[in-house]
Amino acid sequence: MTRVGATRVGATRVGATQPSTTRYRQPVSLFWWTKRRSYLVFVLRELSSVAVAWFVVHFLLLVTAVHDGPAAYRAFLDWSATPLVLVVDLVALAFVVLHAVTWFTLAPKAIVVRMQGRPVPPRAVAAGHFGAWVVVSAIVAWVLVVML
Amino acid sequence: MAGPGRTARPSRAEAAAWLMFSAGGMVSALLVPVLVLLFGVLFPLGVLAPPDHAGLAALLAHPLVRILLLGLCVLALLHWAHRFRYTLVDGLQLGRMRGPISALCYAAVLAGSVWAAVVLLG
Amino acid sequence: MPDTIMLQVTRYRPESEGAPTVQEYEVPLREEWAVLDGLNYVKDHLDGTLSFRWSCRMGICGSCGMTVNGDPALSCGTFLTDHAPGPVRVEPLANFPVIRDLVVEIDDFLLKLPEVKPWLVRDDDGVDGVEFLQTPEQLDAYKQYSMCINCMLCYSACPVYGIEPDFLGPAAIALAQRYNLDSRDQGAHQRLDVLATDAGVWACTYVGECTRACPKGVDPAGAIQRYKLTAAARTLLPWGKR
Repeated sequence: MTRVGATRVGATRVGATQPSTTRYRQPVSLFWWTKRRSYLVFVLRELSSVAVAWFVVHFLLLVTAVHDGPAAYRAFLDWSATPLVLVVDLVALAFVVLHAVTWFTLAPKAIVVRMQGRPVPPRAVAAGHFGAWVVVSAIVAWVLVVML
Repeated sequence: MAGPGRTARPSRAEAAAWLMFSAGGMVSALLVPVLVLLFGVLFPLGVLAPPDHAGLAALLAHPLVRILLLGLCVLALLHWAHRFRYTLVDGLQLGRMRGPISALCYAAVLAGSVWAAVVLLG
Repeated sequence: MPDTIMLQVTRYRPESEGAPTVQEYEVPLREEWAVLDGLNYVKDHLDGTLSFRWSCRMGICGSCGMTVNGDPALSCGTFLTDHAPGPVRVEPLANFPVIRDLVVEIDDFLLKLPEVKPWLVRDDDGVDGVEFLQTPEQLDAYKQYSMCINCMLCYSACPVYGIEPDFLGPAAIALAQRYNLDSRDQGAHQRLDVLATDAGVWACTYVGECTRACPKGVDPAGAIQRYKLTAAARTLLPWGKR
């Protein structure tokens, strides 16, 4: 099966030698993701994964410091409060919140949940996810702030 | 039909990668925001009193906590790897480097997972 | 309301130029006119050489897809008054090679569509004289995906398709789902071979622009996301569903 009209960017000859069959392939800019607000939000959402990876790094450094003793733990918290690290963490916080919000909003699209033979409305599925987020966050915060 | 290095058959690799990405996306969405808020912002700034060392160390010594945190770290890294390699390839139009980019990302996952295991379980 | 509006229309005449140019036409601004009416006015009164596709004028044939002020749109369903005072940029549908003026080559989609077998597939042959019964609930399971008019606005909106022409694309996958979810169909395992590939559902990164662009509310992005779980399960657990 031949693909008709395979073209490069710009005008390219196809099939017959007549110039009237030359197709024009509209180029895709390197900055295609800046052309629409929805594309930009999409790319920011995708880049939030870097913030998630940064969390892993930061967290493992924290646990290492804890294992090294109270002084190392204190030093790590102080280092985390230095302006550069603080700004990085604030930016990371914004990105991971973006990740969570977009993830739970889009979750209903991935799975159609049926209860008692009827599909659960997407809003309910999303609300369930957000509710779980609140509960989990509250539990973690309670353990770390109140209990310890 | 398929571009360089792309299968024209169902891809087990992509299916597995997507499942890991989804699992990682879910657990990181649930747990990472509050942890970044606390350990990245509020505790360092002293807005909330950070947990005292002894208590935190005891928590981190609990076997269940260690396993769960290891799972969180590995899944979060798998989430990053899948999403980031697609962002690079699509965002910067690096289709021809898809293979090397994927290899680098998952190598980083392996390295990060080993580090996590050493730190959390060691 | 002013009497006229300016259309800035892409022209491409391969026999005499190597790249597209823009030509301006002033057309009447009538309250009930769509961009298509403006283009037909141009063709009838101003410039008979302008080439563009159209047919039903009512958003059901899917022929008149174009890029209007940067957005993929059906020219018959986009009203001039919504873009007044203008000017209105009218360009060919993005992500497709341009044949001439506003006419694009859609062969890629027409080759991909039969690959997903968009018809009822039965394991038994010869079902003459049998009426397939289907409840309203069974119809609802796939009805939304059956609304596709093959206008390809979703392909135009999809950045992945623009970068990766091998991508099967939103409409093809939504149409595959229309049949996968049809209770009368038995072809899901055959479609899996095409859908669960690198250039199938896995190329989609859920940008969601396809759903925004769709004039018939098909939600191809949702169709693709739902299928990813199916594809993953069936690919990794082959003893289950084949």
